Amino acid sequence: MTDREQFKVFQAPFYQPQRNEVALYEAAYAARLPVMVKGPTGCGKSRFIEYMAWKLGKPLITVACNEDMTASDLVGRYLLEANGTRWLDGPLTTAARIGAICYLDEIVEARQDTTVVIHPLTDHRRTLPLDKKGELIHAHADFQLVISYNPGYQSLMKDLKQSTKQRFAAFEFDYPDAALETTILVSESGIDATTAAQLVSIGAVARRLRGHGLDEGISTRLLVYAATLIKGGVTPHDACRMALVRPITDDRDIRDTLDHAIDATFA
Amino acid sequence: MPSPESPDAAWPERLAAYRAQLDCRFPQVGEVFEACLIDALRVLSPAGVSAYIDCGRFLGRMGRGVEPLLAFLEEWPSTAGILGEDALPAINHTLQVIWKSPNGKAITPFLQTLAAVARRLPSREQMQHYLDLTLKLMERTSGSIHGIHKSFASPGLPDFLEQAPTLLNRLAIGGLQNWVDYGIRNYGNHPERQRAYFSLQSADSRAVFQRERHGTLLVDHERLLDLYLRGLWGDSAQLVPYASSTDPAGHSAQADASTPLLPYYDASGIRLPDVLDDALGVSGIDRYRASLAHIAGHRRWSTPLFADNFSPMQRMAIEIFEDSRIETLILRHYPALRHIFLALHPTPAEGACNPATHSCLRHRLAMLSRALLDPAHGYQDAALREFVERFVQTMASGEASSEAVATLALAYVARTRRQSDQLANVHFADTVIAYRDDNRHLWRFHELSDDEEMFDLRPTAAAAEVDRLPPRHYPEWDYQSQSYRPDWVSLYESLHPSGEAALIDRLLDKHAALARRLKRLLDLLRPQDRVRVRYQEDGSELDLDIAIRSLIDFKSGATPDPRINMSHRTNGRNLAVLLLLDLSESLGDKVRVGNGEQTVLELSQEAVSLLAWAIEQLGDPLAIAGFHSDTRHDVRYLHLKGFSEGWGDPVKRRLAAMQAGYSTRMGAAMRHAAHYLAAQPAAKKLMLILTDGQPSDVDVQDERLLIEDARKSVGELEQQGIFTYCISLDRKADEYVHDIFGGRYAVIDNIERLPERLPELFMALTR
Ligand SMILES: Nc1ncnc2c1ncn2[C@@H]1O[C@H](COP(=O)(O)OP(=O)(O)O)[C@@H](O)[C@H]1O
Ligand SMILES: [Mg+2]
Repeated sequence: MTDREQFKVFQAPFYQPQRNEVALYEAAYAARLPVMVKGPTGCGKSRFIEYMAWKLGKPLITVACNEDMTASDLVGRYLLEANGTRWLDGPLTTAARIGAICYLDEIVEARQDTTVVIHPLTDHRRTLPLDKKGELIHAHADFQLVISYNPGYQSLMKDLKQSTKQRFAAFEFDYPDAALETTILVSESGIDATTAAQLVSIGAVARRLRGHGLDEGISTRLLVYAATLIKGGVTPHDACRMALVRPITDDRDIRDTLDHAIDATFA
Repeated sequence: MPSPESPDAAWPERLAAYRAQLDCRFPQVGEVFEACLIDALRVLSPAGVSAYIDCGRFLGRMGRGVEPLLAFLEEWPSTAGILGEDALPAINHTLQVIWKSPNGKAITPFLQTLAAVARRLPSREQMQHYLDLTLKLMERTSGSIHGIHKSFASPGLPDFLEQAPTLLNRLAIGGLQNWVDYGIRNYGNHPERQRAYFSLQSADSRAVFQRERHGTLLVDHERLLDLYLRGLWGDSAQLVPYASSTDPAGHSAQADASTPLLPYYDASGIRLPDVLDDALGVSGIDRYRASLAHIAGHRRWSTPLFADNFSPMQRMAIEIFEDSRIETLILRHYPALRHIFLALHPTPAEGACNPATHSCLRHRLAMLSRALLDPAHGYQDAALREFVERFVQTMASGEASSEAVATLALAYVARTRRQSDQLANVHFADTVIAYRDDNRHLWRFHELSDDEEMFDLRPTAAAAEVDRLPPRHYPEWDYQSQSYRPDWVSLYESLHPSGEAALIDRLLDKHAALARRLKRLLDLLRPQDRVRVRYQEDGSELDLDIAIRSLIDFKSGATPDPRINMSHRTNGRNLAVLLLLDLSESLGDKVRVGNGEQTVLELSQEAVSLLAWAIEQLGDPLAIAGFHSDTRHDVRYLHLKGFSEGWGDPVKRRLAAMQAGYSTRMGAAMRHAAHYLAAQPAAKKLMLILTDGQPSDVDVQDERLLIEDARKSVGELEQQGIFTYCISLDRKADEYVHDIFGGRYAVIDNIERLPERLPELFMALTR
């Protein structure tokens, strides 16, 4: 049996609530509802779940989903060994057995035939059939399934199936408002509030360009990176170009505009 | 070497020696020779001076009178100061070539403009380019008899040489080359027209000149500036260039020169100069940005005042204070813009204006303006310093207001008034703040402000449609009560009337090049019938490569990858698309396209045709419908293309007859369209909505209502498994489109690019 303790979140993660999401999540967990967190990249979804796992004192197993992932990568598989075969639980199975919160990050990245294996865990049966092994797992009472999902994906081919969506209670996230985001930057990086506010205002410039050549604005995560670089002694001009602008765009006009915003903001 | 300023005792002798070397007897030369020589000695080496004199001697003996010599003596020292004295051989060579041709008359203008040309072309390569160009022009326009020898002088060459500095003020050398080539090509054999061309008189000469101008052209940077306005200021407007005959960067407009046309904005957009050079250490693009920042500030913070209450002088002062208030607020957001403003703002010298002879009001205000922007202004004037202080206090409490600074401005005018302010002789130097707008938006006039009667131009509903089908009813979401109004909207559907299919074919022909490009992209998207899926634990076939690799891993004691099978699947796109077109009134608006105008409707027809053609190539089922509304009792839904219909003449005929009219009740139309799309068997369903404005209708006052309803209907569609995506042509769409469609929209800022953007967006969405 896997050690439950190793998946616990011991250090309290810093999480700045945006609204009443903490209380709502506690309610959803109390009812063991599967949860979906929606929102653009880097707006705090993963951090939120990590924080909730810590707050609830439950183990957390995170799976970063990708295109090549198969159902076995989630559920488990037989391994060949010198003297026979051995079954190895996948992360989803482990979570169901030990009663962890299983967080499937960026679920739309996974192929749809992979995603369907979670369905039985999301209805009232809370079971997981291991077909190859001939075992039916009844999920531990503490088990909860959480998926994250970025609806801003500009491709309908990557959208989540309606039959999957319908199984979750949803939290909708967006980038925090300016004051909160400033607080987050200060706490995460230790820079001063003035510089943090300036970074946030550059973030706002990019977010106003969403739909005009940018699919997504500058994420909170990137703002934290820039703040961290500045704290480490990099000039704001360089830090912003490197952490905020270059990663998000190859469009010259957008890049020039953001560079100009940086130059106009930092003397 | 003697100091030329204080010639030593031997000077008269040396002067005489040089004069002897020059060896010419024109009396006019005596008058200027000493001064020229002093200039020459300052920049040239002894050998350089000697070469200078030698070249002068050649020119004096050339038989073209005294003028070439005088021009050379005067121009060369400053030219050499820019290019270096060893540029002389190249110049000399050019002179010789001209001299040997029948174009001797051109030598004087060539030399007279040499220094001015060098100032614009300060590198040797550029200058050489100019010399080559000059000779080429000469060759190609000198007439030959029987093709044997050149015997007619080029008619256009002297004109060209005279115009060269003017041309180069605006054109880079490459542009000049193009301009010259054009003239040679078209007027090489036509003396009068050639002269008209090369003296910048003829219309096409000016047109080509405009086309080749250097600097930062607004037309080339519209998107960049649009992004600037949107990103940094959350504002958007049409940017309209005006012809800037003189670059307004120079501050020192003379009293008699009319002040340059300043930027401004009105209902039709923001007007900016068509071209701006780098100037005063600021790049052309940053000069545009400075103007836009200033204007965006006005648009955000200024409120109009009644002009009738103030004298012209008071108004001038109010404008200066208001401009300064705006910039103070701008700098709170973007502090580092200050250095750009400071570089562009003139720095009038204290005491430069003489109040005994000139009206100094402009000068005083420009100083004040400088001081309000520049903490290090250093002016001593007591009134100025007091009002700077009072301004700072006014602004300390927050944003203040146009009225608040107007009060301050009036006090300032009262305090500093002088009799001579009335003088006709106005001190203009350093008073033109060219990046700021002309403030016409700041003034309202009583007599004009009476509410004009608005005509209701709305056409009455076509009551003629007697025999249409009974309506379908749809609910509408009332966000205030958070409930649906059941059966609120009556929707009538019908087949769209038909026109000429040839119209659509013409539109498609127009985009043949684009279509070819799209085709290549489409080929990449087109489904391959069977694709291999590798790395399968269970699959239909063994994937040998992987299996062998796994076996090796296994034999060597490592954990083998069990995904050694592969399978095949048919990779159909399995996608159905419904394109819903907003056919409301505003679709009839005109937009600038290239040099002409087109309606949004026409552009939409082009775009929709291309898209339909593209989707047909991919084989995805596509339906097209349009809608408009005239109150909730009459929403019309018009079929343009059914899912099962091919892209053929009947569809083209309907598209050709598309018309604009009425309003945009989007929610109901989407619900109805969903009804058809949901019935499609495809796994993925995409509804594209092409619109140019926000949902609205004549019977709805509350702007939010139909926005909220549309948002609700997007949610309903999502429940039905329909992915909605909006393509908006409304620059202001950000205010509401995100509310309705979440992140699923694109705003096409540059409507003329719609025909290529629409298919591109579709392909990106379904990749
Ligand atoms: N509400 C928040 N409280 C604390 N940190 C946050 C918050 N939102 C964002 N962050 C910061 O942004 C980074 C990225 O957030 P993350 O949760 O990984 O984004 P997502 O999962 O949405 O892509 C975090 O590492 C953290 O530094
Ligand atoms: Mg994450």
